[in-house]
Amino acid sequence: MERICILVTSGSREKLQMAGMLASVGAVSGSEVLVFLSMNALTPFVKDRIDDIPAEGELGQLILDKQAPPFLQLFEQAVELGDAKVHPCSMAMDVLGVGRDDLLPFLGAPLGLTKFLSEAQGAQTWSF
Amino acid sequence: MAEKHQIDARGSYCPGPLMELIARIKQAEIGDELEVLSTDEGSANDIPEWVKKVGHEMIESFQADGVWHVVIRKVK
Repeated sequence: MERICILVTSGSREKLQMAGMLASVGAVSGSEVLVFLSMNALTPFVKDRIDDIPAEGELGQLILDKQAPPFLQLFEQAVELGDAKVHPCSMAMDVLGVGRDDLLPFLGAPLGLTKFLSEAQGAQTWSF
Repeated sequence: MAEKHQIDARGSYCPGPLMELIARIKQAEIGDELEVLSTDEGSANDIPEWVKKVGHEMIESFQADGVWHVVIRKVK
């Protein structure tokens, strides 16, 4: 089975949207998808922290205005409809001071970079 | 007996129509037809590609009055 690993570190709306699109479409198309959320990309996945996601430019605002599928919904659909795995970075969790209960429930177990690198070996790897 | 389902995804952007189709196809029976209505041309192109990749049957795709009608059959 084709494997897709997606490393997301940006907290910008455009990059989160593109990562969510790739994760959801990849997962429902038969690929094994693993998403690793680190740095600023983790913050929107903390409960009650979805507000105030910055846009990089015009597209980010238009995504909101035109009500494109919200990126959180896309990641959740990747998990529910396509069995994708979305993992928070354990280091980012430590820095933010959050535990698993503080994160949205569709996220998987915290993952370290070593494990992610191991999973990414031989897979299509994308970063945002 | 096979049923026909219509998914009104007009106004939704990629990959919304595809994801709505997939959510419905999981609930449908083998042999059922599903028709997606979409105003997003990218989705009208992407859905047949997805159908081909995962092995369902493409029945037809056409545009009428600015709306794409993509009709597929669940085969597995």
